[in-house]
Amino acid sequence: MKTLTLLAALLSAAYAQAAEYSQVNPAQSAIQFSYQQMGVKMDGKFKKFTSQLSFDPAKPASAKAVFDVELASVDAGSSDANQEVAGKAWFNSKTFPTARFVSTAVKPLGGNRYEVAGQLSIKGQTRDVLVPATFTTQGNAGVFDGTFTLRRGDFSIGEGAWAKFDIVANDVQVRVRLHASSK
Amino acid sequence: MNTAYTPIAKALHWLMAALLLGLLGLGLYMSDLPLSPAKLQLYAWHKWAGVTAFLLLALRLFWRATHRPPALPASMPKAMQYAAHLGHLALYGLMLAIPLSGWLMSSAKGFQTVYFGVLPIPDLLGKNPDLGEWLAELHEALNLLLMLTLAGHVGAALKHHFIDQDDILRRMLPKSSRDQA
Repeated sequence: MKTLTLLAALLSAAYAQAAEYSQVNPAQSAIQFSYQQMGVKMDGKFKKFTSQLSFDPAKPASAKAVFDVELASVDAGSSDANQEVAGKAWFNSKTFPTARFVSTAVKPLGGNRYEVAGQLSIKGQTRDVLVPATFTTQGNAGVFDGTFTLRRGDFSIGEGAWAKFDIVANDVQVRVRLHASSK
Repeated sequence: MNTAYTPIAKALHWLMAALLLGLLGLGLYMSDLPLSPAKLQLYAWHKWAGVTAFLLLALRLFWRATHRPPALPASMPKAMQYAAHLGHLALYGLMLAIPLSGWLMSSAKGFQTVYFGVLPIPDLLGKNPDLGEWLAELHEALNLLLMLTLAGHVGAALKHHFIDQDDILRRMLPKSSRDQA
C-alpha cells in the first residue's frame, strides 16, 4: 500500500502538466458548425458565447466544462439565413436565447484524447451528447478541441416546411475550441 | 461556301434558346421569394441549368469555330449586316459572361455549386459578402442586357420573315418546316 502511494506521488510529481486550466480566452476560442444544404457544405459559427472550464490533465475525471451560446450571435452563412434561423421554426431565439452544454463526465482515452459526456440544451430540449476531444498545451495555455455531430431534428431545429432533411440535412457537425490559460 | 445551317447548329441554337428562357424565367421568379425550402431548391436548379448552359456554350463555340454559318443575303444592307453580327457577338458574349458572373457571385457569397448534387464545382473566389452583393448586381444587369438583346434578336428574325420576306428565319428551322414554308 505504501509503495502504491509513493508511486502515485512520484507519478503526480513527474506529470509536468499538473496544471489547472480554467481561464478561458474567448478571443481564441470558437464554436463553429457545418451542415449540408442540397449537397453543398455550408459553414457557420456563433460569435458570442461564455464558458467555464476547469481541467487538470492529471485529474481528468474531475474536469468540468460548461458553455452558454448566445444563439442570436449565429452566422449561418448569409443575412437571410441568420434572420431565418432566429425564427420560431428554427432556434426561436426570442424565447430560447441560449444553448447550454454542461459536462457530466470526462474520460481519458489515452494520449491527449478524451471523451466528454454532457447534456446539451437547445430550444427547451435536453439531450445527452458524447464529445470526443483532444487537449494540447501551448506554453501556458491549453486547447480543448471537440467535435460532435448534432441531429437538428432531436431539438426541433427547423420545423414545419424545414422538418424534412432533403433541403437542409439532419446532421450538423459542431466544432468547439476552448483556449484556456492555466492559473 | 455553304448555304445552310448544319442540323447540329440548329439543335444547339434551339436547345440554348430553351435553356435561356427557362433560366431567365426561373431567375426572375426565384429572386423575389422569401426564404423557404422551395426557394433553395429553385436556386439549386437555376445554378445547375446555368452550368449546363455554360457547357453548352463551350460546345456551341467549338461548333461555330469549325462550321461557318451561311452568309447573310446579299439583299441585306451593309449596315443591317453589321448590326446582325454585332447582335450575335453580344449574345455570345452574354452567354459567356452571365454564367461566369453567376459562378463568381455564388463563390463570393459562400454558396458552392454542386452540379446536380453530385459534382462539386470549385469556388472561384473566397467568401466576401460585399463583393458577392456587387456581383449579384452585375449578374442582374447582364441579364437585363440579355433580355434586351434577345428582344432585338427575336424581333429582327420576325422582321426578316414577315417584312423582308427572306429566308433568314426559315434557315434556322428544322428541315421539314423549311420544306413546308
